[in-house]
Amino acid sequence: MQEPTTFAREAKQLEQLKSLVADCLAEARRQGATSAEAGVSLEHGLSVTARMGEVETIEHHRSRGLGVTVYVGQRKGSASTTDLSATAMRETVEAACRIAQYAAEDEYAGLPDRDMLATEFPDLDVYHPWDLDAETAINLAIGCENAARQFHPEIVNSEGASLNTFQGLRVLGNSLGFLHGYASSRHSLSCSVIGQRGDSMQRDDWWTVARDARDMEAAELVGRKAAERTVKRLGARSLSTRQCPVIFAADIASSLLGHLIGAIRGGNLYRKSSFLLDHLGKQIFPAFIRIREEPHLKKALGSAPYDAEGVRTRPHHIVKDGILESYVLSTYSARKLGMKTTGNAGGVHNLVIDPGELDLEGLLKRMNTGLLVTELMGQGVNPVTGDYSRGASGFWVENGEIQFPVEEITIAGNLKDMFMNLQAVGNDVDLRGNTRTGSILLEKMTVAGN
Amino acid sequence: MSHDPLVIARQTLLEPAGLIGGDIDRVMGQLLSASVDAADVYLQSTRFESWMLEDGIVKEGSHSIEQGAGVRAVSGEKTGFAYSDEITLPTLLEAAKNARAIAREGAQGKREVSGLYRPPQLYLPIDPLQSLPEEEKIALLKRLDEECRRLDSRVEQVMVNLAGSHEVVLVIGQDGALHGDVRPLVRLNVSVIVEENGRREQGSCGGGGRTDYRFFLEEDRAIEYAREAVRQALVNLEAVEAPAGTMTVVLGPGWPGVLLHEAIGHGLEGDFNRKGTSAFAGRIGERVASPLCTVVDDGTLPGRRGSLNIDDEGTPTECTVLIENGILKGYMQDKLNARLMGVSPTGNGRRESYAHLPMPRMTNTYMLAGPHDPQEIIGSVKKGLFAKNFGGGQVDITSGKFVFSASEAYLIEDGKITRPVKGATLIGNGPDVLTRVSMVGNDLQLDTGVGTCGKDGQSVPVGVGQPTLRVDGLTVGGTRV
Repeated sequence: MQEPTTFAREAKQLEQLKSLVADCLAEARRQGATSAEAGVSLEHGLSVTARMGEVETIEHHRSRGLGVTVYVGQRKGSASTTDLSATAMRETVEAACRIAQYAAEDEYAGLPDRDMLATEFPDLDVYHPWDLDAETAINLAIGCENAARQFHPEIVNSEGASLNTFQGLRVLGNSLGFLHGYASSRHSLSCSVIGQRGDSMQRDDWWTVARDARDMEAAELVGRKAAERTVKRLGARSLSTRQCPVIFAADIASSLLGHLIGAIRGGNLYRKSSFLLDHLGKQIFPAFIRIREEPHLKKALGSAPYDAEGVRTRPHHIVKDGILESYVLSTYSARKLGMKTTGNAGGVHNLVIDPGELDLEGLLKRMNTGLLVTELMGQGVNPVTGDYSRGASGFWVENGEIQFPVEEITIAGNLKDMFMNLQAVGNDVDLRGNTRTGSILLEKMTVAGN
Repeated sequence: MSHDPLVIARQTLLEPAGLIGGDIDRVMGQLLSASVDAADVYLQSTRFESWMLEDGIVKEGSHSIEQGAGVRAVSGEKTGFAYSDEITLPTLLEAAKNARAIAREGAQGKREVSGLYRPPQLYLPIDPLQSLPEEEKIALLKRLDEECRRLDSRVEQVMVNLAGSHEVVLVIGQDGALHGDVRPLVRLNVSVIVEENGRREQGSCGGGGRTDYRFFLEEDRAIEYAREAVRQALVNLEAVEAPAGTMTVVLGPGWPGVLLHEAIGHGLEGDFNRKGTSAFAGRIGERVASPLCTVVDDGTLPGRRGSLNIDDEGTPTECTVLIENGILKGYMQDKLNARLMGVSPTGNGRRESYAHLPMPRMTNTYMLAGPHDPQEIIGSVKKGLFAKNFGGGQVDITSGKFVFSASEAYLIEDGKITRPVKGATLIGNGPDVLTRVSMVGNDLQLDTGVGTCGKDGQSVPVGVGQPTLRVDGLTVGGTRV
C-alpha cells in the first residue's frame, strides 16, 4: 500500500525534471541547435548482502543524469553529465554543440518523424516503490540464505544473498514538443551457494525480480531453489565429443532469442553485421514459431509506452508462422534502410515466444537422449556469420530421464541452422526477464568434450 | 599547471566544493566509531569522450562528465557504503552517516589531514582529451577508413572508434591521509567487414593505454590496427569448420594471455580465497602449473592500460608473483581482504567508480618468457590447433571451469600451420590447465591495450600477456566431429 504523499512527492519531482528538460531544449536552441532531444533521470535504491548468516554490505544508491543530443542541420553531437545544476546543463549543451560542429553531415540524422511520437501514455503499472529499511532488507536476505544453507548437508559455503530495491524517475523531451516522464521501480533478491563433494565444488544461484515487491518469489523459496540447483550439479563430469539434440533450459533459452534480436537490429543490418541480412519475409524458424513484442504488459520488466526516442511502442509480430515479419529499428537505422522506425530505439520491450504443450519433463521425454543445458559461458557467437560455440554445463539425458550432471563441454553450431531446427518450445515460461520463453529443444548440436 | 597528481586532485575535487581540512575531519568523525575498523572517502571526477566513424564519415561523438563521492565504513567483514554525485559537505556528511550505520555505538579520535606519499609516476597527469585538436581526431579516423578500403576491395564496412578519458581521484583514508591520482586513458579500435561471393566475415584490432592520443600517431600504430583488422577478416574468409574435441593447442603470444586472466587470475583474487569459494582456496605452496610457468600481476608497468600509480584505496600498486615455477605463491588483495587474511594489501583494490565498492581486481596479468623458440613449439605438434587471436572469456571460480573464444585459429598438421578454422570457444579447468603447459616461448608480448574486465557488474581496464604456449589437452568447441 502506498501513502498518497509518496506519489505527491514524485509528481512534484517529475514536474521539476520536466522543466529541467524544457530548459535544456531551450538552451540547445539558444546555442544554435536546429533540433534537440534531452533526457534526465533520478534513481535511488538500497542493496544489502548477507553471507554466512551475517550482513556483509549495505549500499545506499543515489544517482542522477542528464543527457542531451543536438542536431545542427544534419550534424549530430551528444553529451551527458551527473550534475543537474543549471551551469552543468549549459556546459553539457555546449559540449554537444561543439561535437556537432565537427561531426559530418549525415542525411539520415535527426529526430523521429512527428507522427511516430507517442501521444497516448497508458499506465503500465510499473511503479511500486518499496519503503524498505536496511534492517528488514537484511532479515530477508539472511532468511533467504539460511534456507539455502540448511537445504542439504553438501551445501558447505555461500556467496551470499542480495536484496536490491530501486526506484526512479525518467523524463524525455525533444524539440518537436514531446515531453513526458514516469516513475518505475524494480526489486530483486538473489542467492548463490556452494556445494562440495569430495575435492570438487559447484556453485549455482536463483533469483527473483519484479516491479512490485508483492510479486517476488518468497525469500526462502529463492534460497531453496539456489541450493537445489547447486546440489544437482555435484559430481559433474565431461562428455565425449558427439552430436546430439540439446535442450536450452528456459532461463538461458532467452539468450537464443537475444541472438535473433541482435541479428535483426537495424544498426547491425545497415552495417551488414548480421547473419540475417535480407531475411525479411523469409522463413527463419519452423512454421509453428510465433514471436511477438508486447510492450504494454502491465507490471512487466520490459514495458514502456515509448522507446528511447519517444516513438510509440506497439504490440506486433516479429516472427509469424516461422517467417521474419519485422526488423527491430530506431529512427536512424530505419532511415538508413529506407523503412519506418519500429519503436525500438534502445531495444525491444518484452519479447514473447508462444509456449508449446510440453513442460520441461515432457521435453526431456520427447528428446529421449541428449543434453539439457542449464548454464552457458563465454561470448562465442559471431554476429556476422551466426557461428555459435559456447561453454556449457547441464545434464546428460537418456530415455527422457536425467542421468548425471555434465561440465567442461562446449556446444557449437550455426544460429541459422539452430533456428530452423528448433523442435519445440516448452510451457515452462520464465517470466523474470525482458524475454519470456519456455525451454527450447534443438534437433542437433556438436558437443565437444574429453 | 602542477604535475603532482595530489595537487591536481585537491584542485579538482576539494577546492571547487570549498572543502578544507576541517571539513574532511568532520566527515571522518561522522564515519568512524569504536567498532569501525577501516573507512575511506573516494572522490572522483571523470571526463570521457568518444568519436565514431562508419560509412566513411565521422557520424557522431559524445562527451560525458561523471563526478561524485563514495563513502565507506568497514567493521569486521561488514561494509556500509553510500555515495552521492554531489561533492559538498552536507552530502558527504549524510553519506558518512548512512555508511556508518553498519557499525553502531562509540566515539572516535582525531585525525591529521595530510598528503604525503607520492608514488612513482607510471603515466603523466595529463588530459588526453586536449592532446589533439578535434580536426586531427577526425582526420585520424578518416585516414584509417581510407587505409582499410585501400588495402582490399573486399572491405565492405569500416568502423573506427576513438575514446579518451581523464579521471582525477582523491582517496581519503581513515587516518586523514590524502592520496591523489590523475589517470589518462585512450583507446582506438578498428573493425571491418569483408565480403566475397556472398560470404561475410569480420576482423578487428585496437590498442591504447594510459597516455594521450598522439600515441596512435607514433610508430604508425593506428595504421597497423587498420592493417591487422583487414588481415584478420580476410583470413576468416578462408576459414573452414573448426574441429571439436580435446587436442594439443598452441596459443600465440600477447592477447591470448586472456587464458591466464580467466583460468587462474580471477581464482587468485583475495575475496574468493578468504571466503573459500575459489577452486584455488587454501592451495598456497602447492603445484598448480608446470615448472615452466611463472605468472605475475603487475600494476607498475609504465603507460599500460591496467597500470595504476595507486589503487582505488590509495595503496601503491606492485608486481605480485602469483605462480613461481609452477608453485602457487600468492593472492591479489585489497585492504579489507588483506586485513581479514592477515597479509599485506597488494595494490589490487579497484572500483569502477565512486558509486561502486572496491574489491580485489587484476591489473596487468602475464606469464614470463620461457626457453622455447616459437617455431620449435609449432614444429613439435603433430596434430592440433594454433590459436592466434581471441575475443573474451569467462570463468566459474568455484568449479574452476573457464572459457575463452578464439577469433583467429589454424590447424597444425605435422608441425606446420595449415588451414585457418572458424572461431571456437576453448574450455578448460583452471587449477590444472597450466600443469599441461609443456613448452613456453621466449617471445613474451603484452596485449595492445584493449582489455576490460567485468566482476560483480563492475568494469575496469586491464592488461594481459604471455609468450607462445603449448598446452597438451584443451577442449576445442568446433563443429567438426
